[in-house]
Amino acid sequence: MTNTPKTSLAEQLAARFGDTLAITTVRNETVAELAAADLLAVATALRDEPAFRFSELIDLCGIDYLGYGQVEWDTETISGTGFSRGVEGEAQGRFDWAGRPRGNGGNEPRRFAAVIQLLSIEHNRRLRLRVFCEDDSLPLVPSLTLVWPGVNWFEREAFDLYGIIFDGHPDLRRILTDYGFVGHPFRKDFPLVGNVEVRYDPVQQRVIYEPVSIEPRVLVPRTIRDDADLMQARAESADNWREN
Amino acid sequence: MQEIRNYTMNFGPQHPAAHGVLRLIMEMDGETIVRVDPHVGLLHRGTEKLAESKPFNQSIGYMDRLDYVSMMCNEHAYVRAIETLLGIEAPERAQYIRTMFDEITRILNHLMWIGSNALDLGAMAVILYAFREREELMDVYEAVSGARMHATYYRPGGVYRDLPEQMSKYRESPWHKGADLKRINSWREGSMLDFLDAFTADFPSKVDEYEELLTTNRIWKQRTVGIGVVSPELAQQWGMTGAMLRGSGVEWDLRKKQPYAKYAEMDFDIPVGVNGDCYDRYLVRVEEMRQSNRIIRQCVEWLRANPGPVMVKNFKVAPPSRVEMKQDMEALIHHFKLFTEGYCVPAGETYCAVEAPKGEFGCYLVSDGANKPFRVHLRAPGFAHLSSMDTIVRGHMLADVVAMIGTYDLVFGEVDR
Repeated sequence: MTNTPKTSLAEQLAARFGDTLAITTVRNETVAELAAADLLAVATALRDEPAFRFSELIDLCGIDYLGYGQVEWDTETISGTGFSRGVEGEAQGRFDWAGRPRGNGGNEPRRFAAVIQLLSIEHNRRLRLRVFCEDDSLPLVPSLTLVWPGVNWFEREAFDLYGIIFDGHPDLRRILTDYGFVGHPFRKDFPLVGNVEVRYDPVQQRVIYEPVSIEPRVLVPRTIRDDADLMQARAESADNWREN
Repeated sequence: MQEIRNYTMNFGPQHPAAHGVLRLIMEMDGETIVRVDPHVGLLHRGTEKLAESKPFNQSIGYMDRLDYVSMMCNEHAYVRAIETLLGIEAPERAQYIRTMFDEITRILNHLMWIGSNALDLGAMAVILYAFREREELMDVYEAVSGARMHATYYRPGGVYRDLPEQMSKYRESPWHKGADLKRINSWREGSMLDFLDAFTADFPSKVDEYEELLTTNRIWKQRTVGIGVVSPELAQQWGMTGAMLRGSGVEWDLRKKQPYAKYAEMDFDIPVGVNGDCYDRYLVRVEEMRQSNRIIRQCVEWLRANPGPVMVKNFKVAPPSRVEMKQDMEALIHHFKLFTEGYCVPAGETYCAVEAPKGEFGCYLVSDGANKPFRVHLRAPGFAHLSSMDTIVRGHMLADVVAMIGTYDLVFGEVDR
């Protein structure tokens, strides 16, 4: 990032991979989006070719785009309903296992993606790859374990939490959740309170699982405000009216 | 001749050498490891999912609880990610304070590491000495934030408040009185910076004490030299960072290579190892403590000379002062909105990493423009390190697994998240 060579990473990538990658650069961070089918070839080239030499895979994580941009508190129009909007919204975290959203028949855009952070120690550069899964009911991404063996656990984590299946992974087991866990907890349609709770039952003299008894409750509604660009705030802090 | 077969052994999750809740399923051939399968996740709390249901600021406290021996470094990664998306920058004094506390945190972490690693390998005394210094530094944490460990001190736009003018003192008690009380309070007469000045002047001699106990110790060397050798290639394939990578001779430190806060202005060196074994990583971490000490001294000097604001003057992100809030209508509204709704972060995504004591701690933050993050992913160095366990310990003896767990510097708060 700091010692940028003569041509930028984005230009080098575009010259080498052409249309395979959709490249954007924001705040000096280069992001390349690519199809799952191209991932293995691109990853191998990024690791081996002297112009790139991304010797380290720093991170891989899943992401679920369901409900992206969804709000519970409308800031555009005035509504007649009052305070209860704050506690009776519909977004993430407010439903339980029985009431979880079931989707609206495949009308959503693609939900799941795997996001990969690469680091080149030789060139001191970073690159982010994003691979969307074509099929929401069976999210599939080729495994990178043969390119960077260190990705093994990161892929297991993404499988565990999001249900993304990494094709060719040698040992795709759950890693963070409990033995025998059901569901993929970081999906946006998985309740924040979970589905089962565990306790010791003195009658049966063993640990038992039961449906959760806690009520889902989120205190702060989710809002998107247009002053998010902080223009007004910048103007306010610039004119220093408090000091006068 | 009796036929001997491989057998499977369970280690942990409740074992003093497991550094928390690590469970290992080991396939053994006598005393030799054939295969090891670490089971993690026993401390999984779903921090990333919890953060998605809360305004940005309310998750800072969760960061302390990830790697709970290097608290402020975790906060730093998260706070930097928010600041990047907001497009704000903390004032210079706040940047120096962050640099200083990152290094205090590094010393805290390495003290914990040197003590527990030595304890695992049979050297009882080191942890007692290490905790003596940890206690002093935890008092610094407490002086600045009110909490000894989970500080929640870094905030988007700066730090929670300026450094205190007074350092807390020991009170008279049956155990501390008279000349003894005077001695333990002798560093604490002035401000926090005076205390740190006295501490850092003394600390190198304390590091000498730890080295006296270990560096040339015959047993220590037998347990660490040539154990768990990681080649530079292997380290990069397995996504290793921090001392695990530097111990193998790769000169890579984000504080130098991709500087953040005020590291570009600091004068310090990066120690690297040669052989990539447990002993080299020990030497690297000990030297890092000395270098951190140097950085703290430089920060103390600057902070003494340059008073100033420690928080941006942007009331969409940072709360107004208590006095302002009571007297000024607009400040009251800002205060109310900030604490009931939080601030909205412009849509976008970023990955911000810091050189945490254990390696690269990164925060991948996706915002859709709302007052809560859409996705937070925390890249924990320990998670990547532990995944290489099987590859590295194959062929080692059972006792070397303990040396390896120690040298990874594992904390399960961050591995399991």
